[in-house]
Amino acid sequence: MRNMKHIFKKEFKTYFVSPIAYIVISVFLVVIGWLFFSTFFLNRQASLTQFFSLLPVTFAFIIPAVTMRLFSEEINVGSYEILLTMPVFFKDIIIGKFLAAIAFVGIMLAPTIIYAFSISFLGDLDWGPVIGGYLGALLLGATFSAIGLLASSLTRNQVIAFIIGMVICFSLTVLVDFMLFFLPNSFVGIFQYLSASFHFKNIAKGMLDSRDILYFLSVSFIALYGTNLIMQEKK
Amino acid sequence: MIKIENLNKYYGELCAVNNVSFEIHKGEILGLLGPNGAGKTTIYRVLTGYLSPTSGTIKVMDYNIYDHQIEIKKCIGYLPEEAPLYRDMLVFDYLNYIADIRGVEKNRKLSHLHELADLCNLNEVMHKTIDELSKGYRQRVGIAQALMGNPEILVLDEPTSGLDPNQIAETREIIKKIGKEKTIVFSTHILSEAEVTCDRVVIIDEGKIVADDTIDNLRKLLHEKSFENIFRKLTRGN
Repeated sequence: MRNMKHIFKKEFKTYFVSPIAYIVISVFLVVIGWLFFSTFFLNRQASLTQFFSLLPVTFAFIIPAVTMRLFSEEINVGSYEILLTMPVFFKDIIIGKFLAAIAFVGIMLAPTIIYAFSISFLGDLDWGPVIGGYLGALLLGATFSAIGLLASSLTRNQVIAFIIGMVICFSLTVLVDFMLFFLPNSFVGIFQYLSASFHFKNIAKGMLDSRDILYFLSVSFIALYGTNLIMQEKK
Repeated sequence: MIKIENLNKYYGELCAVNNVSFEIHKGEILGLLGPNGAGKTTIYRVLTGYLSPTSGTIKVMDYNIYDHQIEIKKCIGYLPEEAPLYRDMLVFDYLNYIADIRGVEKNRKLSHLHELADLCNLNEVMHKTIDELSKGYRQRVGIAQALMGNPEILVLDEPTSGLDPNQIAETREIIKKIGKEKTIVFSTHILSEAEVTCDRVVIIDEGKIVADDTIDNLRKLLHEKSFENIFRKLTRGN
């Protein structure tokens, strides 16, 4: 537990020592701000629904870039060897790194709260979906971080880690929705259940359903457990 | 202190360590020597818990490597070859982080850091990033890292490789200083260095032990004065 905290602190600090944090956060804010506000005034609605519906796809690209270095860089440089010969449990390493990625996602999202406040001046903003949206965004961010972490543990090459992470996150976001066009009705339910964007949309409506929360928690758990297995396998 | 018994390690089909057994006694400086690819690094990696053995056991003090990994890791400080450190961190931040992970108590941490900085001559570079350091300094940061939290055993994988003669002399001084209190296992390709520093040598070749004795005894046994010739005889002959 104590070590988890130290690893979290170190990883979180490292993000802001290198330029990567500032680049990723600016790209995220510019892309999502531009996509959201370019159609916002046409809709004539004081709501953030459009903003939240853009998040899954944007996260699918951005978060693997945030997590790609977490293990790949260590394996490539060799510091992984020192880390693993320290008196720490694998779970402390994994969860410490995972929490650092979530904290980073939180910081990345924080400036967008300004959107909510400025929109509330334009019209009657319903805060329920906004709070649900941010909660869902954190759950979605956590799930994608876990997937990114798993991808990063697979390879010493950060570009490959990014691509693997992005492909999995992107599949969970878009591919499943896309498949619904081609599948018989009986499969729809199953595929819908696999889709991260489907569960995210539910939460972003302001409805907190335990099934949606359970989905994000279980996908995160599977990815983190997979990371642990890969670390064991490397021994 | 350390007892390695019938250790085997395979990478797939490749046998890197073949039925190796030896002991390391308390307070001893042991040189683990051998040509490149002989299996030295693999033995270190298994000993420090980075890799798990294919078969065989290692006992460190009373701890078994299968059941007490964390306890063993606590009593071993390890410097891998080439000192792989976090390059974008400041030296001070890095050592501070290692101190935290190794569980150095808060009120003792700063004095311990200063102690190690003095021992390894790091005082001028504490506020530089590791990336900026010369190889000699980086190696010394690595040694300081291994010494963090006062582990009883030190494992140093080629601590002097790639250093200039002055840096080699400095590093050797540090090892000798530490060696007065601690058990040290280290490897080197500079045989004269092993002659000066080691109490005993274990020579391995192709994953097997070919000699385990003091250098003087090996000289008598093989009727050969030069240690370099002894080394070549033992590791090239087969």
